[in-house]
Amino acid sequence: MIYRIEIVPKGESDPVGAAAGNEIRLLGIDAVKKVSAGRIFLLEADPADLPRPQAERIAADLLADPVVEQFHIGPTRLGARPQKGGPSPFSKQAEEGAGPLLLIEVFYKPGVMDPVALSTQQAIADMGLKVASIRTGRIYQITTAKKLSDAQIRTISGKVLANECIEQAIVGSAGEAAPPHAPSHEFKLRHIDIRGLNDEQLVELSARGHLFLNVTEMQTIQAYFRKIGREPTDIELETLAQTWSEHCVHKTLKSRVDFSGPDGHRTYENLLADTIAAATKKLNKPWCISVFKDNAGVIEFDDTHAVCFKVETHNHPSALDPYGGAATGIGGCIRDPMGTGMGAKPVANTDIFCFAPPDTPASDVPKGVLHPRRVMRGVVSGVRDYGNRMGIPTVNGAIFFDDRYLGNPLVFCGNVGLMDRGKCFKHQQAGDAIVVVGGRTGRDGIHGATFSSGELTHTHEDEFSHAVQIGNAITEKKMADVLDQARDRDLYNAITDCGAGGLSSAVGEMGEELGATVNLETVPLKYAGLSYTEIWISEAQERMVLAAPQAKVKELLALFASEDVEATVIGTFTGDKKLKLFYKDEAVGEIEMKFLHDGLPKYVRKAEWKPDFGLRIADCGLKDQKVAAVQSEIRNPESEMDYSEALLRLLGHYNIASKEWVVRQYDHEVQGGSAVKPLVGVANDGPGDGAVFTPVLGSRKGVALACGLSPRLGDLDPYQMALHAIDECVRNLVCVGADFGRIAILDNFCWGNCSKPDRFGSLVLAAQACHDGALAYGTPFISGKDSLNNEFVTDDGRVITIPPTLLISGIAIVPDVTGCLTMDAKAAGNVLVVVGETQAALAGSHYELTDGGTGRRGDGETTKVDLAVGPQTARAVADAIAKKLVRSAHDVSEGGLAVAISEMAFAGGLGVDADLAKAPAQSATPESILFGESPSRYLLEVEPGKLADLDKALAGIPHAVVGAFTATGRVELKLAGKPAIAAGSAELKQAWQSPLNWK
Amino acid sequence: MAKVNALVLRAAGVNCNEETAYALQLAGADSAEQIHVNRLIEKPAELDRFGFLVVPGGFSYGDDISAGKILARQIELHLGEAMSRFIEAGKLVLGICNGFQVLVKAGLLPGLKPATAGTVTLTSNDSGKYEDRWVHLTPASKHNIFLPASRDPIYLPVAHGEGKLAVREPGVLDALRAADLVAVRYCDAAGAPAAGQFPANPNGSLDDIAGLCNPSGQVFGLMPHPERHVLPTQHPQWTRRGLGEADGLQVFRNGVEFLRGR
Repeated sequence: MIYRIEIVPKGESDPVGAAAGNEIRLLGIDAVKKVSAGRIFLLEADPADLPRPQAERIAADLLADPVVEQFHIGPTRLGARPQKGGPSPFSKQAEEGAGPLLLIEVFYKPGVMDPVALSTQQAIADMGLKVASIRTGRIYQITTAKKLSDAQIRTISGKVLANECIEQAIVGSAGEAAPPHAPSHEFKLRHIDIRGLNDEQLVELSARGHLFLNVTEMQTIQAYFRKIGREPTDIELETLAQTWSEHCVHKTLKSRVDFSGPDGHRTYENLLADTIAAATKKLNKPWCISVFKDNAGVIEFDDTHAVCFKVETHNHPSALDPYGGAATGIGGCIRDPMGTGMGAKPVANTDIFCFAPPDTPASDVPKGVLHPRRVMRGVVSGVRDYGNRMGIPTVNGAIFFDDRYLGNPLVFCGNVGLMDRGKCFKHQQAGDAIVVVGGRTGRDGIHGATFSSGELTHTHEDEFSHAVQIGNAITEKKMADVLDQARDRDLYNAITDCGAGGLSSAVGEMGEELGATVNLETVPLKYAGLSYTEIWISEAQERMVLAAPQAKVKELLALFASEDVEATVIGTFTGDKKLKLFYKDEAVGEIEMKFLHDGLPKYVRKAEWKPDFGLRIADCGLKDQKVAAVQSEIRNPESEMDYSEALLRLLGHYNIASKEWVVRQYDHEVQGGSAVKPLVGVANDGPGDGAVFTPVLGSRKGVALACGLSPRLGDLDPYQMALHAIDECVRNLVCVGADFGRIAILDNFCWGNCSKPDRFGSLVLAAQACHDGALAYGTPFISGKDSLNNEFVTDDGRVITIPPTLLISGIAIVPDVTGCLTMDAKAAGNVLVVVGETQAALAGSHYELTDGGTGRRGDGETTKVDLAVGPQTARAVADAIAKKLVRSAHDVSEGGLAVAISEMAFAGGLGVDADLAKAPAQSATPESILFGESPSRYLLEVEPGKLADLDKALAGIPHAVVGAFTATGRVELKLAGKPAIAAGSAELKQAWQSPLNWK
Repeated sequence: MAKVNALVLRAAGVNCNEETAYALQLAGADSAEQIHVNRLIEKPAELDRFGFLVVPGGFSYGDDISAGKILARQIELHLGEAMSRFIEAGKLVLGICNGFQVLVKAGLLPGLKPATAGTVTLTSNDSGKYEDRWVHLTPASKHNIFLPASRDPIYLPVAHGEGKLAVREPGVLDALRAADLVAVRYCDAAGAPAAGQFPANPNGSLDDIAGLCNPSGQVFGLMPHPERHVLPTQHPQWTRRGLGEADGLQVFRNGVEFLRGR
């Protein structure tokens, strides 16, 4: 039988219900007066095992909090039937509104990971009681002023309370039964006829099977099986599709490229190797330990430790299920350092998101797309819940908004790991046992690797809901705790994470040089009914694969068991260089490792770029009326400028506005290493440039993290866009006190469909800029990842392509964190120094976006990074900081000098009086001096007595004293003596804080 | 002098154990072992080796069901006797954040007689979300061995989603006050009561209560994280104010010194 336990708040305090009510009203359903939220547990048990008094004991002692909650067992007592009204035990006030009551229950769909159910099951077992299964849910009681329409109810259930991708909403209270137990899998070996197909049929097979392989790749597979004289099995075809997916091998970035651009033709044999990797090779930094080979890039930290860093994207899943997608994004990224070398301890997270503006009108949101506000809330909650539960501080991040992220929000998750210098490499041996540890395998995440390599369309929501995974952070945390001990006891020879492609990729990669035999029926499953292929390619979360010497397997398994983590031997690394798959002793697949890993035909790609391509691509996804609206905003140059007003608008632009609402939801201090926090200043709310932490407790040596991105320039000049991102990342690191000579960077390319030569053309230019920039700044790339095909096809056939988005993430060493700086101005009387020249160009700047400018259609010249001046300036500023000549330092980026100076003042609770005509400039206009976003500029606060030494430290670098910080609380910026901006620091801070200060 | 051996309890989802052990070492403890609750359940007498038990912060068992609940149930079910023996022997127990939630939900705090389980709880913040921010606190109880009453506020970070203290009926608050069990209260920078106002009171906690101790002052639990302010560079404004004494260290030091002098 099923005991239905319903738990509701006793008193008025109900933050969960209140938050849901706010969201519903934000969607314009004002008739909703109040929402109350409760919890439901469905316990399935044999009454002989669990008589009712025992079920009541579970409810009273375990599930309900007697101080603030009440429970009962049985059908709901909340209201009567939906829409009929009635008294409510939730709250006496609900009765007074006299409106009809609506009840909605939400449950996970069968087969979706339910972490609370798992924990509850364990806790009940701990009480010595027995239940067969548990399902958890939520119940919402909605008090309305008038009867809601069916459409409104659908909106509430589908858009606010439940994500129908993973959850089912039941209007009314049915006391939904626990899922029927899945039938066991009936084994049947499937062969796919491929040898006799023509090209058209090959393409059709690839599409039908969601393999995302092109005709050349299908032909290559066909030729292989013709050669060995048999048809492939389904699992063999899937293994090839996973291993050859864009997500796993980056075939576009590694392709041979024929590029034609404004400066003529150019050919790359292998784009990645010839640009990004080539720069690292040429720089040949002795402190780079392992680059591009492992799951994360590894650099030296101190004499005994190394740090590794990886940034991943999890865009497509986050578009469908923002909460689950982002949570598993961070979960997966954490497993990269855990699977690097012999395994690192995760010590910091970084998260960068790109969304459409949260105030996008609901009518502009295409079918199949979640509203950006919901996406943002879900993504932030997902990262929060997973990262915080893992006990890893989220120390750095950024959020960037553009209309074109509507169908393809970007979610970048990064993780830094700390490891022993002596354990940076794996050494799996023939004969080692293949051990899978952590979570069980389910049907979740099937086809994630191939799905993420394709374009999203409005029907993907339905077709690929099984590609969405639900994370369980505690499973991963438990696994991480034991892995640390297993590594320190030398119980394994190699480790890797089980990410995209599942066991197929993890075992396939680890066994590349050896060969592997896997017995698929030994893999522990969440529920029965998975086919052998599903077991092999499932991307269920929280799993890692180890290669363990046979002699140590027993000790290894016992260690995992001692902390309730599952570890199972599923096969052996053999030495025969073949991948052999069995299911209950039946051979189901056999592929030569050489073909699996080297058989992929090389791509030959055309790429092209002309200066007008970017805006043309940008436009084609817009609705007509939107183009018109943007054009009507084109600035009238005759109009009188109010620069104070312009500054307020810039500070309130989503890209510039305070992200405190997000930052505070992340634990940025766990592990105790925090030395420069993401929020700084006299009220702990100023925008820090980068974060610094000490990964080794007791040591003052630190790691600085920061990032740079500049998608708006990508439409105009992808080469400069990439250089601006590198320069910004370096500036942010320098401003917090990083060692300029010890900066390593990562690339994450998120682009549109790169089989289209115009999209690929901009990527080629950006990759070339990465090469040139890395060499100029002396900052090797140590790892990277790309996510292509970020295009969305709407139901009316428009293609929305994201702006070319290159995220540069930087990691640097800080010799002693007590020398670090923050950006908040420290004392009245200290002078303000501008370092670096301002250029005249405004194209792509935020000023253009906010001041009646040309909106996204900004064209013309962008600012330029000078590859000699940029690094020289960074080095000189870093030297001045190291010599303790600087009291605070701030990077000048979005919104230019006026924004950056204001931020320093209000973060320090001070005023400032400065004449920006004194700032070094090349033929700049008033607008470009105040608001232009020229690269390679820094603001320094300097005690007057140290100016002479600062001048020496900055010799040869354009810099000037422009004014001083004051105790007036006012920001007074002049141009050649004439007042340009005058405003109170508090007023500016308010304008900067309010846009994203959500409840 | 007596040796001070500390036990930092680990369990699935506990995540502040390493920095808590580090804080104990900084405070002078002779040892700070991190031991998994499964080992104690196998052999509860292990607890007798130690004088100082810390239940650190984190998300034990994911805070599934409610914060700290499952670990609290394990302690009640399997370690009740060993814990009573530990406390009766005059030893010290400190619960930080999730550890505080565990001690409350296991009935070890506030330790009013008769049994207190189910009279006090920690529930969802009024803001409805997890937040990491720094708060000022007034040590309020004369009995509290870890942080005796003082006028000088201390500065520590909170990082939680379920830190709002609530009581079953108003009489419970009266009893807590009468027995001097309110150990720390949220206040402003000058030490004036937060009076329920966000953000000085970060979660809407009743009577600004941030932590409780038991009547003997040997068991102390608090939502803020003293182990996150044991180094001067952990202060959010050290670049403005210079490197000073870290406020959280005294919590551990007072405990260590108390045990040392026993």
